[in-house]
Amino acid sequence: MDHLIEIRDMYKIYAIGDEPVHALDGVSLSIDEGEFVAIMGSSGSGKSTMLNILGCLDVPTKGSYLLDGTQVAERSSSELAHIRNRKLGFVFQNFNLLPRTTAIENVELPDLYMGRLSARERHKRAKMLLERVGLKGREYHTPSQLSGGQQQRVAIARALMNNPPVLFADEPTGNLDTKSSVEIMNLFTELSNEGITIVMVTHEDDIAAYAKRHIVMRDGKVMRDDLQDGGVRKTQAEVSKLVKEALA
Amino acid sequence: MNFAMIFKVALRAIMRNKTRSVLTCIGIIVGIAAVIAVMAIGQGAQTMMVKQISSMGNNLVMVFPERRRAGSVSSGRGQGQTMTAADAMAVKTELAHLVQGVSPSVRATVQMMYASKNWSSNIQGVSPDVLLISNWSMGEGRFFTEEETELYSRVCVIGTTVKANLFGDDEDPVGKIIRLNNMTFTIVGVLNSKGANNWGQDQDDVIMAPYTSVQRYLQRSKFDNINMMNISLHTMDDLEDAKREITALLRQRHNLADYQDDDFEMRDTTEIMNTIGSVSGLMTVLLTAVAAISLLVGGIGIMNIMLVSVTERIKEIGLRMAIGATPTNILAQFLLEAVVLSTIGGAFGVALGVGGAHFIGWWKGWPILIQMHSTFGAFFFSSFVGMFFGFYPAYRASKLHPIDCLRYE
Repeated sequence: MDHLIEIRDMYKIYAIGDEPVHALDGVSLSIDEGEFVAIMGSSGSGKSTMLNILGCLDVPTKGSYLLDGTQVAERSSSELAHIRNRKLGFVFQNFNLLPRTTAIENVELPDLYMGRLSARERHKRAKMLLERVGLKGREYHTPSQLSGGQQQRVAIARALMNNPPVLFADEPTGNLDTKSSVEIMNLFTELSNEGITIVMVTHEDDIAAYAKRHIVMRDGKVMRDDLQDGGVRKTQAEVSKLVKEALA
Repeated sequence: MNFAMIFKVALRAIMRNKTRSVLTCIGIIVGIAAVIAVMAIGQGAQTMMVKQISSMGNNLVMVFPERRRAGSVSSGRGQGQTMTAADAMAVKTELAHLVQGVSPSVRATVQMMYASKNWSSNIQGVSPDVLLISNWSMGEGRFFTEEETELYSRVCVIGTTVKANLFGDDEDPVGKIIRLNNMTFTIVGVLNSKGANNWGQDQDDVIMAPYTSVQRYLQRSKFDNINMMNISLHTMDDLEDAKREITALLRQRHNLADYQDDDFEMRDTTEIMNTIGSVSGLMTVLLTAVAAISLLVGGIGIMNIMLVSVTERIKEIGLRMAIGATPTNILAQFLLEAVVLSTIGGAFGVALGVGGAHFIGWWKGWPILIQMHSTFGAFFFSSFVGMFFGFYPAYRASKLHPIDCLRYE
């Protein structure tokens, strides 16, 4: 079976001063449909660079990237925009909702660029998604009228708008309190159970514990990938042990 | 994403920042309003001048005798002694294929008296052709005839100003006898009013009599000299031919040898119109240029605001790109925002300019002329200004990398 995401010998090299910095140093990995992956590591380990490249927001210096069977490296910026629009959903640490714009309009946005639905269908789907993330009755609230947890729910609904096969989350609970974090992670778990592939970057062990597969990175290299014991949720303690071993 | 959607997005961005949008628009509003008002006033003035110059005469060519020189002192135009009424009659009869009317003109200052009232003005000695040449029409009575001209009749017609000063509103001047420098003349008609000319001179302060009578009784001259002749051509298309033939005829009549200069000068209304037109046209161009500069400044204001807006909304740009906006989408969004801003500014500017021009016209009593094409031109130009000055900021926004935008602090 083909992998949903497959990268080979991927490098991302920044020329800072005389010394080139390898943010990604020959990474190869694959992710299958339905997986819930946490990419972990301390800051500067290359985990965010990895997520940006997987999310087609950034391009690798070299290496191949197959997304859903198509080669993504060396695409034009407008082709990448189309790929992001149709195949990927994003959830950011700081939510990135359009200010002074209602929740439902924020959720509708991806389809405006895709133009798949009629205005009425778009509205209906956005409403349905907001209900699904538990925001029924708050469709016409603007971000400033919503709590952080609620804003992140809007962002998740928006990420789901175009029904993408993959959801990328960059520290999705980084700006949230513990209670909201738990709620958001439970939502991710539900989505994962429904078959959506989720790739999440986090440095918090308790958040990573919600994922079923853990990739630990350091200095642009994958130190540990627990694919072999995959499919089984680990406790926070197990995740902490795994990370400690990987970086030892 | 279709045009309507992008339009909606641009409109929402404008509405989100009302104060800033209004301030940005003001630059364009002022610029467009200034252009329209200045052009309306300029073109109004020009049209009025053209109208007034054409009221001087129909396809008019004026011929003056040469300026007389005594040593190095030049006398005024029309004071030379070289042109006669016979010259005028010759032009009329021999060049009938080119001219539709010729009137000699002699002038004298007269003191007019009727009953206890008196009035001083210049009397013009003319022939009946002057009616046609100078676009006069009769209000009351009639003009004097060719026969009366030939018979040195002491008849005259007066303008409304003279009528008002000698007769008041109630009395009918036709048939009344007035004294001109102690000579009695009978009024046969009153001219319709023409109003003031370009130079503010009252054209109705006029009295006309046959040139023969003016020469004999008022100038007390034994000679046939005239101050000028007014010639009306059939059509202005013949102007060059007419000038050449009139010159040839007058030179022949004055027995001028080839080496001698003309002893007369010729002027036509196109010359005057061109001069005045070029002066007022220059003024209009200058003022429009000043107004256009304010439009340029308004355009730079739009560019400035759009650049600020791009920087300010860089996260929004990043987010839009992340969820699938192509560079073209982003370009279109910001470009359209600039165009919508400037077009709204243009619409208000047109309204303000038209209103302002009418107000100034009403306040100062100036004629104004608002031309459809210049109004539409200014309006579309405002959209163009938005497009021109909005392009660079929009292009810059479209070239941003999504990841740089999202990371921007």
